[in-house]
Amino acid sequence: MRQREAKSDLSSSGGARGGDLALADAQSSASPSIAAAARIAARRKDEPGALLPILHDIQDELGCIPPETVPHVAAALNLSRAEVHGVITFYPHFRSAPAGRHTLEVCRAESCQALGAEGLAEHARRRLGCDFHATSGDGAFSLEPVYCLGLCAQSPAVMLDGQPHARITPERLDRLLDAALQNEKEAVQ
Amino acid sequence: MSAPVTVYVPRDAAALAMGADAVARAIEQEAQRRGQPVTVVRNGSRGLLWLEPLVEVATPQGRVAYGPVQAEDVAALFDAGLLQGGAHALCHGPTEEIPYLKRQERLTFARVGITDPLSLQDYTDHGGLQGLRRALDMAPEQIVDEVTQSGLRGRGGAAFPTGIKWKTVLGSPASQKYIVCNADEGDSGTFADRMLMEGDPYVLIEGMAIAGVAVGATYGYIYVRSEYPHAIAALQEAIARARQAGWLGEDILGSGRRFDLEVRKGAGAYICGEETSLLESLEGKRGVVRAKPPLPAVQGLFGKPTVINNVISLASVPIILARGAAYYRDYGVGRSHGTLPFQLAGNLKQGGLVEKAFGLTLRELLFDFGGGSASGRPLRAVQVGGPLGAYLPESQWDIPLDYEAYAKVAAMIGHGGLVAFDDTVDMLRMARYAMEFCAIESCGKCTPCRIGSTRGVETLDKIAAGGPQREQQVHLLRDLCDTMLGGSLCALGGMAPYPVLSALDHFPEDFGISAARAAEPAA
Repeated sequence: MRQREAKSDLSSSGGARGGDLALADAQSSASPSIAAAARIAARRKDEPGALLPILHDIQDELGCIPPETVPHVAAALNLSRAEVHGVITFYPHFRSAPAGRHTLEVCRAESCQALGAEGLAEHARRRLGCDFHATSGDGAFSLEPVYCLGLCAQSPAVMLDGQPHARITPERLDRLLDAALQNEKEAVQ
Repeated sequence: MSAPVTVYVPRDAAALAMGADAVARAIEQEAQRRGQPVTVVRNGSRGLLWLEPLVEVATPQGRVAYGPVQAEDVAALFDAGLLQGGAHALCHGPTEEIPYLKRQERLTFARVGITDPLSLQDYTDHGGLQGLRRALDMAPEQIVDEVTQSGLRGRGGAAFPTGIKWKTVLGSPASQKYIVCNADEGDSGTFADRMLMEGDPYVLIEGMAIAGVAVGATYGYIYVRSEYPHAIAALQEAIARARQAGWLGEDILGSGRRFDLEVRKGAGAYICGEETSLLESLEGKRGVVRAKPPLPAVQGLFGKPTVINNVISLASVPIILARGAAYYRDYGVGRSHGTLPFQLAGNLKQGGLVEKAFGLTLRELLFDFGGGSASGRPLRAVQVGGPLGAYLPESQWDIPLDYEAYAKVAAMIGHGGLVAFDDTVDMLRMARYAMEFCAIESCGKCTPCRIGSTRGVETLDKIAAGGPQREQQVHLLRDLCDTMLGGSLCALGGMAPYPVLSALDHFPEDFGISAARAAEPAA
């Protein structure tokens, strides 16, 4: 009981110590995502320019940056929620909702266009039944555009779950996607 | 049992994307099955990217190249005597004799593809650290002077003299200064930074340490785009090993000088390749461009004097220090000294990396190196310098690649990437894409870029729709481009008109207008 009083006194006076206590509380939150985000924020908050590294760590661990974690990240860095939200939405890499089980990034930049990337993008849309920035109905694949993977001498290129693949034809793309689904089945069995 | 034969299978993302991991596994398994011991080294890429995965075998006569090798080719290659450099349809003979490689002048990329990128021993055996050792014996002013004398200019695209930038930082007293490496290589058609970071990370670390010693900075950041996970992993491992070996840290190479650095990962925003936006991002903010002045050299990262250079600029510094300014300066033409790693991409038969002195022509790169179009159709347009670079028609392919000569025809060499298109390209569509890309990637700070790019897309759509308004719309487009060129805060809005205007000027037929009409200045 005494501890609760002390906490409310400190946080009402503002300042970093109240934030630290709140962050310690959040780390034992019943919500696993809040607890994870608070733990990451506590670990890295004193690095210079810590916000991007913290957001990366959260997304790497949770698959996205859930909106309920934002106030805790903001408090740890003495920022407003709006500032953190602004950063998350500025960068295409960060997402607020989980992706599908696999992420397919199709390069849409000039070099890949020179060798048929637009046709490939169209094929990916049809096959997955969703547009870019969306997830296929079965939740298997999220389709994202990417503006250059640095594989421009072997266009067109895609990245599937962080693995690069070059000289992709619609047929090779189908085989890649089929293999990803096949691996899932084998993992289950 | 005979001594193991060394086999090289690249670990570069360009090789991985074509199945290099499976090839390396297949070679190890096949060797074991046959009782022929091998040591597989995962090297960087030689840059002959149409041959990836390019497998090399160390023979008494030197390294012999095979490519492109797929896992299913491995058994047949062993049958043909792979480990002795035996003849096979995929064999290209001694690697160093392949004309594409032999005709290059590799200074910055001297070790890439040859060494194990993470081996400290390989690095020093191939000339590494000579530059840093020499720099540690020199006064800061002398180092800066050496870099200035070499004629090195910013390889990220802006071509600003590197030595001048360093001199400003050296002359700005502060409690803390920073070295920031711009590795946010977002331009389509460019991959030199990626290849260097994956293939020879220590040269970048050495270059940054030299910069630190020269200007009095003790900490550095390498800002790498999130699209390059393999480069990030290679750098992180290299930094850890360099620190362990005393190349970084409190007492670099026993000199009593301090320098350390870390990798920071971008998050998919193209604009963060713009230096001030990159600094904002490093500070943990939205990547919104800053107005200049103050220059980053005076007030950069966290408000402190900051050297911010591209990967290739920093990675060219060690050889300049090791061999002296004159050695580097003697390559090139006019005010474009040294070499540039050109990147051949798009519709070319032999895409890859060609490091050459300035002064050769686009035609030589496209045909002598690139081997013409991959599709077999005639080449029609080449975009040089990334998404903000001009499209060059065949009439301009004989201009020497030199910063000033390109500027004269409203084009730019930029980061040295070129993307070739065959005659099926629709230049109106490419112009529209340039505006669309600018709209997607604009940071939103200045109006010409934020709004102008969207109006540009709409105007190009109206031109595409045809009708009597077409010529009026072309005038409008030129007027808009003029506003963007003159009124934007940074190069994104300020240069997005280059591809648009060059497409319009050189390929008016794709816009449904005659050349004479296209050339008419906006009223």
